[in-house]
Amino acid sequence: MFPRTLRRASIALAATVLLSTSALADGTLRIGMTASDIPLTTGQTDQGGEGMRFMGYTVYDALINWDLSSADEPSVLIPGLATEWSADEADRTKWTFKLREGVKFHDGSDFDAEAVVWNLDKLLDKESEQYDTRQAAQGASRIPSIASYSVVDPLTVEIVTKTPDATLPYQLAWIMMSSPANWEALDKSWEAVAAKPSGTGPWKLETFVPRERAELVPNADYWDEARVPQLDKLVLLPLPEPNARSAALMSGQVDWIEAPAPDIVPALRGNGFEIVSNTVPHNWTWHFSRNDDSPWNDINVRKAANLAVDRDGLEQLLGGLMVKAKGFMPPSSQWFGNPEFDVTYDPEAAVALLAESGFGPDNPVTVKTLISSSGSGQMLPLPMNEFIQQNLAEVGINVEFEVVEWNTMINIWRAGAQDPSAMGTNAINFSYFIQDPFTGLIRHLSCDLAPPNGTNWGSYCDPEMEELFAEIRSTFDPAEQDEVMRRTHEKFVNDALFLFVTHDVTPRAMSPKVKGFVQAQNWFQDFSGITIEE
Amino acid sequence: MLTYTLRRLAYVIPVAFGVSVICFLLVHIAPGDPLTAVMPIDATAEQQAEMMAIYGFDRPLPVQYAIWLGKALMGDLGTSIATGREVSAEVSRAVGNTLILAVFASMIGFPLGILFGFIAGYFKDTLVDRAVTALSITGVSVPNYWLGIVLVVIFSVNLGWLPSVGAGPGGSTAWKWDFEHLRYIILPAVTLAVVPMGIVTRTVRALVGDLLSQDFIDALKAKGLGRFEILKHVVKNVTPTTLSVVGLQLGYLLGGSILIETVFNWPGTGFLLSNAIFQRDLPLLQGTILVLALFFVFANLIVDLVQPLVDPRIKRG
Repeated sequence: MFPRTLRRASIALAATVLLSTSALADGTLRIGMTASDIPLTTGQTDQGGEGMRFMGYTVYDALINWDLSSADEPSVLIPGLATEWSADEADRTKWTFKLREGVKFHDGSDFDAEAVVWNLDKLLDKESEQYDTRQAAQGASRIPSIASYSVVDPLTVEIVTKTPDATLPYQLAWIMMSSPANWEALDKSWEAVAAKPSGTGPWKLETFVPRERAELVPNADYWDEARVPQLDKLVLLPLPEPNARSAALMSGQVDWIEAPAPDIVPALRGNGFEIVSNTVPHNWTWHFSRNDDSPWNDINVRKAANLAVDRDGLEQLLGGLMVKAKGFMPPSSQWFGNPEFDVTYDPEAAVALLAESGFGPDNPVTVKTLISSSGSGQMLPLPMNEFIQQNLAEVGINVEFEVVEWNTMINIWRAGAQDPSAMGTNAINFSYFIQDPFTGLIRHLSCDLAPPNGTNWGSYCDPEMEELFAEIRSTFDPAEQDEVMRRTHEKFVNDALFLFVTHDVTPRAMSPKVKGFVQAQNWFQDFSGITIEE
Repeated sequence: MLTYTLRRLAYVIPVAFGVSVICFLLVHIAPGDPLTAVMPIDATAEQQAEMMAIYGFDRPLPVQYAIWLGKALMGDLGTSIATGREVSAEVSRAVGNTLILAVFASMIGFPLGILFGFIAGYFKDTLVDRAVTALSITGVSVPNYWLGIVLVVIFSVNLGWLPSVGAGPGGSTAWKWDFEHLRYIILPAVTLAVVPMGIVTRTVRALVGDLLSQDFIDALKAKGLGRFEILKHVVKNVTPTTLSVVGLQLGYLLGGSILIETVFNWPGTGFLLSNAIFQRDLPLLQGTILVLALFFVFANLIVDLVQPLVDPRIKRG
């Protein structure tokens, strides 16, 4: 009799222990994304920064990754699938990458130098069997410097650039490594791989319903033990409509939503949800035309406009969800430097600067700006631009708007200010992803990137700036390169080359059950340390 | 009847052809090119041109149309640019989801609409009529996406009774006919049913009211027919017009509502269409519009074919 009671008791005890362990096991995190579809799962993701955040850096790794571990420090590059890299001292176009040993793809195959070359061919070599138009459309433009690449030994890859380019590591942080063996096993079909992808990342894609949901589970064998996910499951739901996203959070269908609309944030806070935000390498500017007839060629006008914008007022308009611009880079950026021109609100100084150039109440400056009605990263373009229009009018700059739809705007941005499609505008309100030297500084103002060759919308060209850009590309020591970046940014600010307005803070709202999330100052984020408290 | 049927079927061919031309051209008139939304924002002109060539967008429009139509006739609607998945598979999955929603909304909207319409028409100009008419006018006039949001706020956010988004706990591919899944359909179906219900109510009310004031009803009464017998005559006379209105509304329901499916994140044709529009996914857009337009064409065809069965006058006409 006694042993039976004992047995029952021990079973009960075991059950309790089991139950309490499962309560401690760290649950499921359900995230409502702003994307309208699950980002491309095969490796090189679509849907911009959000795609890389949820389907890139989760399932895959790059040779060089972004450090996403700190909320306070700006994000920097760290070893990913490559442990070290360097450019040859004698021939700066030749780079050697040492690969991490013992890394396996989710399908169990080895990651090696062959896999790296295979992945670059997937994006760049149209003749290769694994060339994938969809991934190439996303990835090829990220690695414009690469001329060739080859296997040196199983753990060493050589990459040759077209010209010496010290920004190559930043370019490679975009390139995700998918498993060649998995593609072979799935009859060399990328469509089949989409349903059953295999990378080396901390998460494995378990199930995937197009346009509805993706479920990711931890990769217990991840090479970086510190980043093995603690959750049991990560569920991604595309919820493009902002109200639907907020409702899903408030009704408990998801635990986390990206980008809650500013007007719903107070209600979310009032209901006990947490709003997490941090500076991201993003800016919201007016990019000036520098064609002959542009009023923005006058530095006094540019500085006056920058001094006329009441950024505190704008912050109120956005419910506090912005960082006031002090330059092109966010003030906390490692590349901000120490510019002399203080971007602040000083309408009197603005009026004085305009008077210096002969402008006044009887002779106002007249400018025409292209704005969009909505768009990715554009925040709330209509009210924000109307606010700025009023600010500028107060100091004597009259602004007229041409409003276009977002996709049209992108095409006009590519076509340049001189193109007839720009309708004679001399500024464009555009928001920029500015995470690395090329996207952050070079692409906007480099002479050889004036349209139609690139995205220097205003056809700005300045020999001094060209020299700085050349120095960025030819400074191979990261710390020294950062120093050149700072000097370049100082010139951006001192010459008031843009209307510096705000930086986005990528707000996300989450249930108080979500613990351990550190929002890095980056477009990509790490989900490994998160737990759910029941 | 055979000539009538054949004639009706023959009408479908030019209509379907016209629909295909419009579907194809409309999406090309819209601003933005198909690759703008898909490629990274600073892809070079050369890279874009390369992709345009790979997807065949560099050819003249008539050639693109001929190729598209040729494939569409074989049931191949092409491949989505944004996802690389087959358009026909995407559309058929979405149609399935919209169908589930449409069936539910029909089950709510049509019987209630007919019932309310009869009551209002029968008790024309009484308090009951006014109440029902007010209800139906509200149903037709309230923007249904707003109603959807209000229902979500009440039943999902505040009361927590029903889910606000999605098609079941595991997505639409794991759909089951049990309460756990049906909970997801209640709010979108009710929201979707409100407009057709209002329209059907008003149509039936007008028809019934009109019929009851006609002389033959007095004649029937004079013959000594009971209320029920008279109603049977009314039903017979009301049915053809009601049927055609119901048919049109069914087409509307099957088309899926972009707004409602977006508010509830219901993965049907409306949701697919709005995604395709925002991503400028031309093949997907063309395929979806074509299928939806053909739905309308065939819904009308079916109504046209059924009508003579209940109203012999049409056949003779």
